[in-house]
Amino acid sequence: MNNVVEGKVFAFGKNIDTDQIYPGRFVELTEPEDIKQYAMYGADPEFTKKFRPGDIIVASTNFGCGSSREHAAITLKSVGVAAIVAESFGRIFFRNAINLGIPVLTCKDISKVAANGDKLRVDIRSGRIENLTTGAAAQATPLSDYIMHILESGGIKPMIRAMQEAKQR
Amino acid sequence: MHAIEKLLAAKAHQASVTTGEIVNCDVDLAGINDLYLQTVKSFYEMKGDKVYDPDKVVLFFDHYAPCATIKQAQNHKEFRQFCREQGIEKLFDIDQGVCHQLLADKGLVCPGKIVVVTDSHTTTHGAFGAFGTGVGATDLATILITGKLWFKVPEIVKINITGTLQPGVYAKDVILHIIGDLGADYNVYRAVEFAGPVVAQLSVSERMCMCNLSTEMGCKTSYIQPDAVTMAYLKEKGITDYTIYTTDPDFEYAEELTYDVSDLKPQVSAPSSVDNVYDLARYAGTKIDEAYLGSCTGGRVPDIAVAAKILKGKHIPRDTRMIVVPASKKVMEEAMDKGYIKTLMEAGACITAPGCAACLGVHQGMLTGGETCISSTNRNFPGRMGSTDAKIFLASPAAVAASALNGCITDPVPYLKD
Repeated sequence: MNNVVEGKVFAFGKNIDTDQIYPGRFVELTEPEDIKQYAMYGADPEFTKKFRPGDIIVASTNFGCGSSREHAAITLKSVGVAAIVAESFGRIFFRNAINLGIPVLTCKDISKVAANGDKLRVDIRSGRIENLTTGAAAQATPLSDYIMHILESGGIKPMIRAMQEAKQR
Repeated sequence: MHAIEKLLAAKAHQASVTTGEIVNCDVDLAGINDLYLQTVKSFYEMKGDKVYDPDKVVLFFDHYAPCATIKQAQNHKEFRQFCREQGIEKLFDIDQGVCHQLLADKGLVCPGKIVVVTDSHTTTHGAFGAFGTGVGATDLATILITGKLWFKVPEIVKINITGTLQPGVYAKDVILHIIGDLGADYNVYRAVEFAGPVVAQLSVSERMCMCNLSTEMGCKTSYIQPDAVTMAYLKEKGITDYTIYTTDPDFEYAEELTYDVSDLKPQVSAPSSVDNVYDLARYAGTKIDEAYLGSCTGGRVPDIAVAAKILKGKHIPRDTRMIVVPASKKVMEEAMDKGYIKTLMEAGACITAPGCAACLGVHQGMLTGGETCISSTNRNFPGRMGSTDAKIFLASPAAVAASALNGCITDPVPYLKD
């Protein structure tokens, strides 16, 4: 994980639920290459044509509310999201994203300082956010040490895998 | 400490816990539904070998029951193989119904247990004094390997519900009203306890509805203190291995709210957010294409019973369709024995196999662009039941039935006067 990321902002409103991030009718897909085709499909069907790896998603409150589908996190990881900054997150989406190693930061002022197309710099550890287009800045709630540990391990899978391999040796 | 905190402390083998602390807890029941083959994939990606305890692992074939596509069938096939290899006997097949209803039907949920399912509506099990919470596939795979999962001890909000419900007004209306008042993100990362004289009088079915929908205001888990209604459930199911925790009198809630529901009218959650709640009267007369009765929120026997009462001897209009999806096989059998299914079929309803069906927009009742549905389910997000250009209103089962009868959104109260 890069501790500081810079990317173009794709901004969304409040209550972007997992059906908008990844519609239910595509949940049967199981391969990341297939799952990535439908990222944000319910909110913006053209999203995957515009989004580039390293770009950043910004949203208002309750991003990722709704279903437990890990597909919502898998699809955003697979399109290469560098970070997601929202005023607040749905609980399960937040856990899923951390488990997959996606930095998700809570910043109550983010909608005021970042708009579609701006270039944003996010310091994952400190939570410092700078808008390189406008010069505006904001502070996200720093992630807990436990969550930073998961992110720096590349998500929960490498952590558990290492534990299992140590046990099986 | 609160009962929820005592429960978490016991499962973390600690004397006490504090708000915000991260605890690693034993999981009593780990449920996987058929949407998430990723659980099995993550299990092997993390070098899983054998599941921690096959007896504590449950598979539910509910969202794709029965399969509508080749890919869904392939996923079921791989789940079956996993269960055979791992010695998991509790595979509830496509005839059985929705996960949360099955846990209640089969007596697999009881006070004091930690129940984790790959389904966001696992908060339902607070109705039984259990700690129920939904997780994603990789979290569940972590449980399969270690038997444990980390939780942050949540802040707890208490909602007291007082007054007397009017005829035709249900727990569904109460919880929609509360969500509308507080907002979809009100309780993110926090727990809720429902209490007060109205809750004390609610049936198991209505408690499940309330706790189920608490997810839609962000709750991590929900809780109703076990009481005589809970004890009757435990007795009926023959459950003896349970623990009832109680909250200390000096426990301080993060917030304490009171709702008097004596004047509450039937509610609807209008498109396209669950917290967009109004009196149903505001939308009365809105034409509907589909009336959907079912799900872990509103597909139980009392829900089907009230629909049958409203529709008995009548017929829904041409160009209105009604889909009835019993929450489980047991629900369907009882509804058949009592004649409700026949009544609803005679009224023009389409009855499907027990399961999740169109609630999450995969099959059996999808909506196309420009259509409007009134539904007893739990979500009306854009595209939830099909096209993003379809509109979904959420309401009580009685309101769904009355609306089906007239082909437009209808107050059920006049149909419930004996």
